[in-house]
Amino acid sequence: MSVLVYVEQVDGKFKKSVYEAVSYAKAIADNQNTNLTAVSIGNVADSELNELGKYGTSKVLSVNTDQLKQFVNQAYAAVIAEAAKKENADIVVLSNSFSGKGLAPRIAVKLKAGLIDGAVELPTTEGGFSVKKTAFSGKAFAITTLTSANKVIALNPNAFGVKENPVSISVEAFTPEVKATDLSTIVKEIVRATNKVSLPDAEIVVSGGRGLKGPENWGMVEELADLLGAATACSKPVSDADWRPHSEHVGQTGIAISPNLYIAIGISGAIQHLAGVSSSKVIVVINKDPEAPFFKVADYGIVGDAFEVVPKVIEALKAYKA
Amino acid sequence: MKILVCISNVPDTTTKITFTSDNTQFNTAGVQYIVNPYDEIALSRAIELCEGGKGTVTVINVGESSTEPTIRKALAIGADDAVRVNAVPRDAYFVAYQIAQYAKANDYDMILCGRESIDYNGSQVAAMIGEFLDIPSISIIKKLDMDGNTATIEREIEGGKEVVTVTGKFVASCAEGTAEPKIPNMRGIMSARTKPLQVIEAEQIDELSKVSKFETPAPRGSVKLIPADNAGELINLLHTEAKVI
Ligand SMILES: Cc1cc2nc3c(=O)[nH]c(=O)nc-3n(C[C@H](O)[C@H](O)[C@H](O)COP(=O)(O)OP(=O)(O)OC[C@H]3O[C@@H](n4cnc5c(N)ncnc54)[C@H](O)[C@@H]3O)c2cc1C
Ligand SMILES: Nc1ncnc2c1ncn2[C@@H]1O[C@H](COP(=O)(O)O)[C@@H](O)[C@H]1O
Repeated sequence: MSVLVYVEQVDGKFKKSVYEAVSYAKAIADNQNTNLTAVSIGNVADSELNELGKYGTSKVLSVNTDQLKQFVNQAYAAVIAEAAKKENADIVVLSNSFSGKGLAPRIAVKLKAGLIDGAVELPTTEGGFSVKKTAFSGKAFAITTLTSANKVIALNPNAFGVKENPVSISVEAFTPEVKATDLSTIVKEIVRATNKVSLPDAEIVVSGGRGLKGPENWGMVEELADLLGAATACSKPVSDADWRPHSEHVGQTGIAISPNLYIAIGISGAIQHLAGVSSSKVIVVINKDPEAPFFKVADYGIVGDAFEVVPKVIEALKAYKA
Repeated sequence: MKILVCISNVPDTTTKITFTSDNTQFNTAGVQYIVNPYDEIALSRAIELCEGGKGTVTVINVGESSTEPTIRKALAIGADDAVRVNAVPRDAYFVAYQIAQYAKANDYDMILCGRESIDYNGSQVAAMIGEFLDIPSISIIKKLDMDGNTATIEREIEGGKEVVTVTGKFVASCAEGTAEPKIPNMRGIMSARTKPLQVIEAEQIDELSKVSKFETPAPRGSVKLIPADNAGELINLLHTEAKVI
C-alpha cells in the first residue's frame, strides 16, 4: 500500500496548488505509515522534480514521452492509473484544478475507486474512510465516506497549506504503454495570460459588481488587484453584459473560490453570488448601500461610493507598501 | 447526429440549505427543484447543433418519479424525447454507469453534461461516462462547434483556455459560454406534455461513496465597519488583525 500524487506541470513548472496536494498526500501517507510517490507527465527538469522532495515525496515517476507532451485527458488518466498499479497505491491524490476535475473521475473508474472531489480536510478513518468536501456550491460541506478499497481524492486549492517535510527523493523514468485510442483528442492551441494570477489559485481576489457601472471603470479594480498580487473576479451580471470575461465570474454558477481575502466592490451579495465566495477566509465589502446583504457575511466593510473609496484604498495601500 | 444530454434535478439556486436527522439528510421541505443550470446550457447547445433537422436530442436523468417535472421542463426547452432511469442517484459512479449503459445500447454520437451539479458538486459524472464507454471526455468546456464528424472545443484552464479537436464519439461537460440558456416558450410547454418519456430500470452496481454527514459553514462574526474616509484603517486591520496582507 502506498499513496500516489499526480503533480500537474504548467510549462515545466509546478504551481503552489501542486505543493499543496503533495503536502496533503504526504500527511495521508504518514497517517497510513507508508510512502509517497509522485507521478509527473510532460517535460519537467530534474531540478524541478527534485523540489517535490522538500514536501515529502520519496520517489517521482517522470513520464516524459513525445506522445504525452500535451494534456490529453484520457491518456493522462490511463498513465496515472498505471502508476498507481505499479506503486501498489490505494490512495491517489491530485489537485482539483480544471484538468484535475477531468482526470480524477476517469482514474477512479479505472481503479474502481470511490472519489472525493473538492476535499478541504485530511481524511478521518474512524467509522470508515471519510473526507470533508464542499457541497451545495459552498453553502455546505459533506462528509463523504468511501466504501471502496481504492480511493481518489481531488484537493481544493487553498484549503490545505504547503508544508515542508524534506525527504530524499529519487527520480525514475516511467514509460507506460499508451493506447492510440487514448490519444484521439488533439490540442490545437493554448491561450494563457501569464502575467496574471489565476482565479482558482489566488490567495487574494478583488471582485467588482454592477455597482461599478461599466467596463471602463475596471481600471481601479485592476490597479488594486495588482498592488495586492490578487486575481480579479466579477459577479454574474457583469460577465453576462460582457464587461468582463466569463472566466472571471464567481458564484453558484461561476467559479467557487476560497481565497484568504476577498474584496467585493459594488456587489450586492445575492445568495447565488455568496455561494461561490463565502468560504473565503476574510471578506471585505465596499458598497454604497448600508443595507446591502453582503455586509451580513463580511468581516470588514466600508459604506461608501466605490469611485471615492477604492482610490483611497489604493492610496493607503501604496503608503503601507512604501 | 444523436445527442444525449444528462440532466440532474437540483434545488433552486435561492434555496437555503439546511439538514435534518442530525445533519445526515438534506432538508427537502419547501425546496423547489430545477434543471441544473449547467445542464440547461448543455441542452441549449445540443438543441442549437440539431437545428434544421441535423439531429435529435434525448435527455436522460437518473432519478425517482419526483424528477419528472424537471424532465418535462427539459422537453419544454426543446429536447425531442426523454429517458428516466428509475433509481435514487446514489453516487456519481452509479449514475455514470447507468447513463453509459443506456448510451452504449442506443449509440449516441455525443453526450453532454453540465460542468457540475450544484447540489453535491462532484464534477464527476461526465468523465466517468467517458471512461465507462472508453471514449474521450473533455471537462469544463465553454465553446463547442461541429464540422462534420469533428468537434472543436474550448475548455477552461487556469488563467486561460485550451482549444482541442476530437473526432468521433465524445463526452463533454459544459460551463457558461457554451450556449445561452434557452427559455421554454408556450409551444414548447404544450408539446412537452406529449413528448415521449421512457422509464427504464437501473442496472445493479454498488456505489463507492456515500455522504455520512453534512455541515454548514460556521457563521461569521458581525462586520466591522470602517469610515469611508479612513481607508488606511482598513489596510491596517487587514495587516495586523486579519493578517492577510
Ligand atoms: C440561477 C441563477 C444563478 C446565478 N448565479 C450567480 C453567480 O454564480 N454569481 C453571481 O454573482 N450571481 C449569480 N446570479 C445572479 C444573482 O442573483 C444577482 O443578480 C447578482 O449576483 C447581482 O450582481 P451584482 O451584485 O453585481 O449587482 P446588483 O445586485 O445590481 O448590485 C449592485 C450593488 O452595487 C452597489 N452600488 C451601486 N453603485 C455603487 C457605487 N457607486 N459604489 C458602491 N456600491 C455601489 C449597490 O448598492 C448594489 O448593492 C444568479 C442568478 C440566478 C437566477
Ligand atoms: N442523477 C443524474 N441524472 C442524470 N445526469 C446527471 C445526474 N447527476 C449528474 N448528472 C450529470 O452530470 C453532470 C455533473 O454532475 P456531478 O458529477 O454530480 O457534479 C451534471 O451537470 C449532469 O449533466
